Amino acid sequence: MRRQPCLVAALTLSLAAPALAEIAPKDVPFVDGKVEQSLTGAPGDPANGIKVMTTNALGNCVACHTIGAMPDVQFPGTIAPPLDGAADRWSEAELRGIVTNAKMTFDGSFMPAFYKTEGFIRPGDGFTGKAAEGELPPILTAQQIEDVVAYLLTLKE
Amino acid sequence: MHRTATSLVALTLGLALAGVAYTDPVEDALVVEAEDGTIEIVTTAPAPDFLKDTMETIYSGWHYRETETRDLQRDDFDNPGMVYVDRGLDLWNAGIGAKGESCAGCHEGPESMAGLRAVTPRVDEKTGKLMTVENYIDACVTERMGLDSWKWTGDEMKDMLALISMQSRGMPVDVATEGPAAPFWEKGKEIYYTRFGQLEMSCASCHEDNQGKFIRADHLSQGQINGFPTYRLKDAGILSAQQRFVGCVRDTRAETFKPNSEEFKALELYVASRGNGLSVEGVSVRH
Ligand code: HEC
Ligand code: HEC
Repeated sequence: MRRQPCLVAALTLSLAAPALAEIAPKDVPFVDGKVEQSLTGAPGDPANGIKVMTTNALGNCVACHTIGAMPDVQFPGTIAPPLDGAADRWSEAELRGIVTNAKMTFDGSFMPAFYKTEGFIRPGDGFTGKAAEGELPPILTAQQIEDVVAYLLTLKE
Repeated sequence: MHRTATSLVALTLGLALAGVAYTDPVEDALVVEAEDGTIEIVTTAPAPDFLKDTMETIYSGWHYRETETRDLQRDDFDNPGMVYVDRGLDLWNAGIGAKGESCAGCHEGPESMAGLRAVTPRVDEKTGKLMTVENYIDACVTERMGLDSWKWTGDEMKDMLALISMQSRGMPVDVATEGPAAPFWEKGKEIYYTRFGQLEMSCASCHEDNQGKFIRADHLSQGQINGFPTYRLKDAGILSAQQRFVGCVRDTRAETFKPNSEEFKALELYVASRGNGLSVEGVSVRH
């Protein structure tokens, strides 16, 4: 009984910390396609970034992009530019902007916006073909975006 | 800033195109061994006039499939879709109507349906309605045989669709886009270019802008429907054009339209017209 307040305090803290710092999809401060500020305030994890980029239900970046540094990915797509050397071509803020919403950098891009929740035509409930119910979650979470950006920053030639 | 970004991308894209990444449709020709002789199938044709600014040549989806899949369509003996055509023929002859009527009782042999698949969807002169092959089947089933509608993508409907489509095999797709068809065609075109779903992709994003490229392991075709219905190896069954549309729209994380919805009927007309000049393949084989 005496322990309870402590537990509650710890829980609230761990929940509140990311929520406070996290930037919501509609509040992302784009400047010329760039996003300077981390979406979470926490550093990204490049290893998880790889997972996000190669998992179908997450980023599935390899559906369109080849990445020389990921030789184990089977049948990467050939639709989009190879990502090798991405960190030589783009700054961190530019990469964050591209992964968050590539349409802010490349007008009308085929690349999906991974951190956007509004403005879609007939949005579905994931890949079920049914209408989305309630608020649409972004395809990737703020932390997943940061993880992907952290991995992209390792792609130097 | 924007300009630098675009030119950089143009450079990388150019490099990618110069490499092995870009894969054209396979050069090959389709001659089918059928029971009563060989049938030449036109799988490559000049694009219809309305597409001339976008592409020179239209290709059947057959050109984008692997050798083994293409081969299955060269001989009716190997084509797994023929089982469904046979089932369709049994159904055609069966006295299934409320008063024992059969399709054959009114229409004689299925050859009487030759040409229909090549010109549908089309606007029916009497009713002004846009009719797919399935709509014609449904009209007979409900109005003339006194039955409940067959499920739109159920076995009976698709077996019958396969049988009827086979009667037009080798004939050029020739759907009307003008006159009474024009408003439906325009509506279909609008849908074709609308970027649906959370992925914001249109039919054109994949089948016009990126045909020939690979989206993961899938070689993107022009999304033609001259080969439909198709036997799809992945599903081990027959797939109608509108069933394929359902899958493609679902893949954009969108709420799909239903088979036989006004939207998909209009889209079927528009997509069919993009293949005007290709042969009807009857029942094709895809993976
Ligand atoms: C459906 C296709 C598609 C998917 C999926 C996709 N992209 Fe892209 N991406 C593109 C295209 C196309 C471009 C080129 C810009 C343009 O023309 O719009 C691009 C450009 C980029 C660029 C800049 C290119 C350069 O110079 O290096 C980066 C970085 C990038 N994408 C990262 C990603 C990441 C990370 C993911 C997944 C989280 C991803 N993309 C998923 C299509 C895609
Ligand atoms: C995200 C990409 C994507 C989008 C968007 C898309 N498709 Fe597809 N489509 C595919 C893939 C992948 C295949 C299988 C390979 C192929 O045949 O191109 C396919 C196959 C097809 C086929 C079968 C072709 C054949 O010969 O077997 C048709 C027809 C088709 N699509 C029509 C459409 C229509 C109509 C739309 C829009 C409502 C659409 N697609 C949107 C990816 C897409």
